Amino acid sequence: MLNRIYAIFRARNIEFLRDRSTLGWNIVMPVVLVLGMSFIFGGGDRSQYTVGLLQSSDPIDLTSHPFLETRYVDFVVVDDEESGFRKIGRHQLDLLLQLESPPRYWVNPDSPKGYFAELALLQSYEGQIQKGQISGEAIRYVDWVLPGILGMNMMFSCLFGVGYVIVRYRKNGFLKRLRATPLRAIEFIIAQVASRLMLTTTITAFVFLGTQYFLATRFEGSYLVLLLVAIAGATALISMGLLIAARVTSEELAGGLLNLATWPMMILSGVWFSLEAADEWIRHAASIFPLTHVLSAARAVILDGAGLVQVGPQILTLFAMSLVFLGLGAAFFRWHPN
Amino acid sequence: MQIALEARHLVKQYPGVLAVDDVSFQVREGICFGILGPNGAGKTTTIEIMEGVTPATGGEVWYFGARVGQKFRQEAGIQFQNTALQDFLTVRETLDMFQTLYDRKANLQDIIDECSLNDLQDRDNRKLSGGQRQRLLLAVALVNKPRLIFLDEPTTGLDPQARRNFWDLVVRIRAAGTTIILTTHYMDEAQILCDEIAIMDNGKIISQGTPEELLRAQYSHVVIELPVDDVSGDLSNLQHRIIEAQGIIEIETEDVNATLQQLATQVRGLNGLKIRQRNLEDLFLDLTGHSLRA
Repeated sequence: MLNRIYAIFRARNIEFLRDRSTLGWNIVMPVVLVLGMSFIFGGGDRSQYTVGLLQSSDPIDLTSHPFLETRYVDFVVVDDEESGFRKIGRHQLDLLLQLESPPRYWVNPDSPKGYFAELALLQSYEGQIQKGQISGEAIRYVDWVLPGILGMNMMFSCLFGVGYVIVRYRKNGFLKRLRATPLRAIEFIIAQVASRLMLTTTITAFVFLGTQYFLATRFEGSYLVLLLVAIAGATALISMGLLIAARVTSEELAGGLLNLATWPMMILSGVWFSLEAADEWIRHAASIFPLTHVLSAARAVILDGAGLVQVGPQILTLFAMSLVFLGLGAAFFRWHPN
Repeated sequence: MQIALEARHLVKQYPGVLAVDDVSFQVREGICFGILGPNGAGKTTTIEIMEGVTPATGGEVWYFGARVGQKFRQEAGIQFQNTALQDFLTVRETLDMFQTLYDRKANLQDIIDECSLNDLQDRDNRKLSGGQRQRLLLAVALVNKPRLIFLDEPTTGLDPQARRNFWDLVVRIRAAGTTIILTTHYMDEAQILCDEIAIMDNGKIISQGTPEELLRAQYSHVVIELPVDDVSGDLSNLQHRIIEAQGIIEIETEDVNATLQQLATQVRGLNGLKIRQRNLEDLFLDLTGHSLRA
């Protein structure tokens, strides 16, 4: 069994590595995107101020808090103090405000925008309010968006790289030829997963380390934990691609289905912007996508230095998704083009 | 000689089309068994059911006395009519990859020699000519030292020289004791290679036996062919079956000498005359009423 898996794994690797246009695209695309984002958002500044409101059990009366009507300020609800403090420290929030008694606010003394947000607050606030300070370096947009771009590239590579290839194999009769050998569906699928996993993880690691070196992007966590996140994420995305391609015989249909899977993830999984300000149902809906878990875990490791325990739930979720996708993919797998 | 493969009442029903209609036959070990028929006769579907790549709607396939299973997959070699190979792999890598899928292994260098692939070992699959590609596909079918090999229209699209070279190769494989199941719509191919044939049309086997048996059973006469323009008199007094088509008159006779003597007085010359035995193409035409390449 292992021999057969290795034979297909090796052949697929050779095919991928000798296809220079595809290989080049997989490496060049994320680099170009990261450099472009770095150029466009290099300063890390956003035009608006963002103030976090610590979750209140009662609805906030806007009329009694004129600060909440200040123009050019985005107010976002923050679930807990720890999360709010972390965002203040990373300059993701300019100010954190607690309106319940005793009223308090926290600001980062190193943040210029925090300074102006504090002035605006004190000018409009009547009465006593306690001040707290939380220090920390700012996270540039490029630091934040880097995991998103790498995750997006991984998603395209896994879904299209596996889905399209399998549909092409099926359409041109190569799968039918393999069917006539002792190879089993699950062996073929494992070989495809292993091959794409190795290639995607290697390319993603190469691009990540390259951008980290050249752009000096932030990294707080463990490379090993990040690798585990990448492996879990790639496995889930490859398995998803296999499931989508399990029975499809038309490249056009496969393209449509793969786009149907990738575009919602592009928008809702937090590739380009955070969903923290989005409605709760949107955040819940986004959790059905593997990429959402990949990005939240990767950002936790890269930006917050989260360890295996902190990102364990996301990794387990990704492996559980992989098992479901692989099981269904193997059960519904079709060799024959007709 | 034991039975290598047996089809028992095979049926394949596609929506609105009965592609294979209760087909049964046996293939003895060590022979070359041909399945003949025009496009759409059901021969490829029949052979794919036997190969285990297309499920049958009904019926069973037995291999050396047991239902086809993992043993069959290990011991059968298959050359499909249309097979794509993995892009960017060389001939040698392709053979290596397929051989690794089997527990039974032939000597790869022997296969490469036998199929004349020595000079092509490092060539990308995509850069092979039609004949080279067919030889590679046959080599792929041989990597597991098969006891039984399926060849599905293996010479379609090849030039005459490449076809003859391929036939030589098939003859050598059969001589080594491998059972061969061959589908083709080339009658000369079947006549040269096959020990036994089954003729299919509309999903059914309409005749089966050795080529000689089939021709002997159907025909006791030979055919004299003459160009219409060479005939000067009335041939109706010949008392033989006479067919005129496409400028040629065919006279069926069991006594060539007597018929030629009769003809001598009614033709302008005998330079255009041909005498031939009935062949499988004639047989198929008579059995089905349409041409093999229809």
